[in-house]
Amino acid sequence: MSTLALAARDSRTMLRRNMRRWVRYPAMTVQLIGIPVIFLLMFAYVFGETLGAGLGGPSGDRADYINYLVPGIILMTVSASVQGTAISVAMDMHEGIIARFRTMAISRGAVLTGHVIGSFLQTLVGLVIVTGVAFLIGFRTNGNVAEWIAAIGLICLFSIALTWLAVAMGLKAKSVETASNLPTLLVLLPFLGSGFVPTDSLPAGMSWFAEYQPFSPVIETVRGLLLGTEIGTNAVLALAWTAAIGLFGYVWALRLFRRPPVR
Amino acid sequence: MTLDRPAAIAATGLRKAYGEQTVLDGIDLTVAEGTVFSLLGPNGAGKTTTVQILSTLIQADGGSISVAGHDLAADADGVRGAIGVTGQFSAVDNLLTGEENLLLMADLHHLDRHEGRRRTAELLERFDLTDAAAKAPSMYSGGMRRKLDLAMTLMGDPKVIFLDEPTTGLDPRTRRTMWEAIRELVAGGVTIFLTTQYLEEADELADRIALLDHGKIVAEGTSDELKRLIPGGHLRLQFDDPAELDQAARTFAGSTRDDAALALQIPSDGDVHSLRAVLDHLDVASIEVASLTVHTPDLDDVFLALTGRPAEAAEEAAGETAEKETVR
Ligand SMILES: Nc1ncnc2c1ncn2[C@@H]1O[C@H](COP(=O)(O)OP(=O)(O)OP(=O)(O)O)[C@@H](O)[C@H]1O
Ligand SMILES: [Mg+2]
Repeated sequence: MSTLALAARDSRTMLRRNMRRWVRYPAMTVQLIGIPVIFLLMFAYVFGETLGAGLGGPSGDRADYINYLVPGIILMTVSASVQGTAISVAMDMHEGIIARFRTMAISRGAVLTGHVIGSFLQTLVGLVIVTGVAFLIGFRTNGNVAEWIAAIGLICLFSIALTWLAVAMGLKAKSVETASNLPTLLVLLPFLGSGFVPTDSLPAGMSWFAEYQPFSPVIETVRGLLLGTEIGTNAVLALAWTAAIGLFGYVWALRLFRRPPVR
Repeated sequence: MTLDRPAAIAATGLRKAYGEQTVLDGIDLTVAEGTVFSLLGPNGAGKTTTVQILSTLIQADGGSISVAGHDLAADADGVRGAIGVTGQFSAVDNLLTGEENLLLMADLHHLDRHEGRRRTAELLERFDLTDAAAKAPSMYSGGMRRKLDLAMTLMGDPKVIFLDEPTTGLDPRTRRTMWEAIRELVAGGVTIFLTTQYLEEADELADRIALLDHGKIVAEGTSDELKRLIPGGHLRLQFDDPAELDQAARTFAGSTRDDAALALQIPSDGDVHSLRAVLDHLDVASIEVASLTVHTPDLDDVFLALTGRPAEAAEEAAGETAEKETVR
């Protein structure tokens, strides 16, 4: 078998291992998908009326706000899910079996690739559930098929990039308890961006940050594709951020993984 | 007899320090193919560190190493393909079942599905784990986990196996099962690098033994060679009558008497010459002896004599070990 075929096979084996572990230990998965659903419902029903009026949209009510909210919640689903990735990577690194893997002739990176693909699949499940709930509570889109495909494609790429970053954060963590610290920032970013309210409604300094942080252009692009709002340069910015985060996360993660193991 | 075989493990000038603390201070090791080599040493001597370096887990600060014919620095993957490691700390996946752990190893060794299942069943059977196959290792006893660990190591048919304290905490029967497994492997041509705290185990299994202390190999040789390095051998004469003991004590200068036990200890390395001389003396003086036993030093004596250290240093080391244990 060629090196590539072996790498694919080892990654598949590792993926299978991760899926089994999730089935045995589902509590975290449930929690990670639950959080964005709760935020969706809370923002829609508790604040929806007021925030909808503030948007100044066509009808200025809850229905408007739900439409505005969903792209942000979708991104929040992604970042909550990769927080789980960081925790499970950190947990895994403290398992003795990782030391065993390191002494075996396994394709380089297969352990991490297994984590990334597994997490990505988990994120997809979360996205389907969250989007389903969004439709149930009145999310309406005017995107056509091509726009939907583009939106899904961007969300997937962004998820994979963030997952690599989260893997590196999980490897970097000194303990399982601290593994969720860094990724918590990722969960907060949709709030400190255009996820829940337009950036120009934020205080000056924060509005500047919100405008230029990576989640905002992704959220704006998804919003544009699904709801027909203005996209402008956001699409290019979103792709550039995705590539940069993904590359940085990938290189950082591989580097950390080659470091001697923690005891 | 083992010297003319090619070396399965050859390391020269191995060095490793953790910060200020030098753990390995330039050690040389050669292990002939198809033999058992045992590394002994007090807690914290650096046995695990040595195993981790030789098994590609951590990098040495200096020295050259070749394992199974592959240079470790240039071809770590070559080394990994030839070795199996059962570390001091359990290396099983606690969320998978015992059987799934073995199947995982089969997949990672790229065995086909059928072969993987066959080998898994075989290994479960061999280590008496068939009944526990569907249970998670977190529900296993310490001995069962150890056996699963070794079974996982054997899945890839390694040529060189590192066993870091494989029988610590095992009951005598399970320990013997492990020894049996190790002997079978060696009979099949596998080379074993073994660390242990049970000197009897090294005595039983090892072709050669090295003692590691303060970062250096302080002694190396066969078990018999090591025992000859230190004094402590003696003959013990047992008497029925205190008068006979008195007379014997006068006859043998340098002997030590034990009045309570009616016994006399005469220093001797246990060879036939000195034994005959003692018997002759007893004959000439017509002393009645109830029984005679020959005591040769065992590896425990060797260990205690050669790794002896000043009380202060020993206490310090004991403190360190205790600390290390709680950290883990
Ligand atoms: N990752 C590490 N960081 C710092 N010091 C370490 C590390 N690993 C080991 N040491 C130190 O190196 C020394 C040797 O440790 P090692 O585990 O190799 O000893 P050992 O001979 O296997 O002991 P034991 O019989 O207790 O298993 C110890 O003093 C230990 O504290
Ligand atoms: Mg050790």
